[in-house]
Parts: sequence; structure tokens; C-alpha cells
Amino acid sequence: MKNPAPTLDRREVLSGLFPSPDDYLFISGLAGSARDTAGLTNDGDNLFTMAGTMGAAVPMGLGVALAAPDSNVAVVTGDGELLMNIGSLASVATMAPGNLSIICIDNGCHGETGGQTGHTSHRTDLAKMAEGAGLRSVMVLETREQIEAAAKFLTDMPAPRFLQVRVTDGPPTDYKRNMNPAQCRARFRNFFLGTR
Amino acid sequence: MPHPDKSSWPADLFNTFIESGVTLFPYIPDAGNARLIELAIAHNDSYPVLLTSEEEGVAVCAGADLVGKRGVLCMQSSGVGNCPNFLSLVKGGDFPILLMVSMRGDYGEQNPWQYPMGQAVEPILHAMGVLTFRVERPEELLTAATAALSASGKGGQAAALILSQKFLGAKAF
Repeated sequence: MKNPAPTLDRREVLSGLFPSPDDYLFISGLAGSARDTAGLTNDGDNLFTMAGTMGAAVPMGLGVALAAPDSNVAVVTGDGELLMNIGSLASVATMAPGNLSIICIDNGCHGETGGQTGHTSHRTDLAKMAEGAGLRSVMVLETREQIEAAAKFLTDMPAPRFLQVRVTDGPPTDYKRNMNPAQCRARFRNFFLGTR
Repeated sequence: MPHPDKSSWPADLFNTFIESGVTLFPYIPDAGNARLIELAIAHNDSYPVLLTSEEEGVAVCAGADLVGKRGVLCMQSSGVGNCPNFLSLVKGGDFPILLMVSMRGDYGEQNPWQYPMGQAVEPILHAMGVLTFRVERPEELLTAATAALSASGKGGQAAALILSQKFLGAKAF
């Protein structure tokens, strides 16, 4: 049995989930999730986006969360990216950092390469996988009306948190971000370490 | 520098890591890193991070670097084969991460499955821009570790400490 068709537009989601994006350190995976997060933060110094290394967003966010325990850390990933390294959810659950939220923008397809169908358009249930891995708090966001509750989930529920956001297969935020990884590393470090 | 004997080398190496500011120890369990990880588990200011695949550890170390902390990814040689794509993040982003590879398939190995990756470890790491510092004899351990820590510290390079089977001893079957 297929999952029911989603209705949310991904471009409307992150600004509702993060009304104060300056309060977070963001790691995003490649492609659409990078564009959406760059749009949210205006490609901010508190964001490291990827344009390759599919599957690296969650473990990189885990490293940030463990090494910066006083900061709120959010990983923004996609369904394809997450599934490529789904085991990293177990690593997150075992370490259980109290400052990490994982937001998976699930469009059920590989948007960057032409929209080819992904597993979550079939039978795969990411929220159940996150629960099974042992994430402390798990929520599925499917409608515009639930965005406010999802924002509250990200601030109020025990971390590590996993928020699956089921969206249509429409385009991501139209934003051209810096794709030079060395420049992005340097600017993030300057931002975080500059005053220490 | 003291020459560690066989029984004390994990403690000597662990102390060298700690003194150099390493706090994260992402790892996949292996006989060659077992004692080192036990020490990390027992230490108050270090975080052993159990992984599901070695490539995760590359990203964990890069994430720690973003906020000014150091990790060492501890894995068996077979795990190096799981890392190359994530090492493109390291190479492209100039992330000076540190790896510790306990070798199989290089000296005295009796399991034929271990040879292909064991023999490919250094070519793969070199292809992805990771410097290698190989330990064959006990007296080389701390100098090689210090060199790898310098390269991946102020040197700004990705570096791997390679613990050979000649050093570790081959697993008997």
C-alpha cells in the first residue's frame, strides 16, 4: 500500500518551524534541503550546506551537537539523503544529544536528479524508522495547520528529535548559495569561534 | 619519548590524543582499537561515538571541526572502503580530520577476505588527499601519532595513523 499523497509546499515550511533561525546552528544535506535552508538563513554564517556527500548531514550534525553542547543544532535533510545513511539515526539515538533536531523534508522523490520516485512514495515510513532507531521524540508534519505544533515540538519535546515533513514534489526554495565547501567551513568557524 | 611496550600502547596513544585536544572518538569496534575505546569510555571529557558505518565518522569529525573541536575516527582497514565519498567533504572543505586505522590484510593475515581492502587502504587515502603515518614497530607509535596530530592540527591536513599488523599482531584463526 502506498503512503497517501502529501499536500504541503516545502517552501512554506522552514520559516514556520524556525521563527528565529539565528538561534540555531544548521547543517543541511545536498540539493533541495540546502536551498531551503539557505533561503531560511539567507545563506547565513550559522549554516553549512552540502552539494555532495549524500548521507553526511545527520552525522555531521551529530558531530556539531556533541562538540557544541550549549548550541541548538538542526539538521535539515531529505528522504533520499537520509535513507542513504539511515544507520546514522542509531548513532544519534545512542549518543542522545539533548540539543539536536533532525528535520527530514520528505518529497518522496529525488528532486535534484529529475524527480525519480523514492522509497517513501512506496512503503517506507521514515518516522517509524526514526522511532525504531531510538530517537527520543518523533513527529510527522503533513498539513499547513500542523506547522505551529511542529515548531513547538522542536522547542519543547526532549531531544534528539526527528521531524518528518511530508511535502509535495514541487520545487525547493529558489536560492543560489555559496557552494565552495572550504569557504563555507571557514565562515562557519569564524562565526562560531570568532569570539572564543 | 618513552617506547611503549605491547601492553601499554593504547594508554600511551590515548593520552597523546587527549593531550592534543581530541575529545571525540567516533568508532566501529575492532580488536585493534578495543582498548583505546575502553579508555575513551572511562574518560570524563571524551565522547566515544559508536557508528553504524565508518563514513559517518568522517562527517562527525568534520562537524566537530566546524565548532573548533577535534575527533579521531577509529576503524579497521576494511572500513576505509566505506569512506571515500565522504572524504570529498574533507578534501574540498579543507577539514583537517584524523583517522586511526587498525590494519587487516597486510602482514600475517590468514583471512583472504581481508586482503583486498587491506592492500587498498593507503592508495585510497592518498587518492582522497589523506596523509598516512604508518606504525610498524612499537618505538614508532608515539612519533607517528604526534606527526599525524601535527599534520591534522596546525598543519591543516587530513591525516591517518596506520597501525600495521606487524605492530598489532595478526589475528590467529
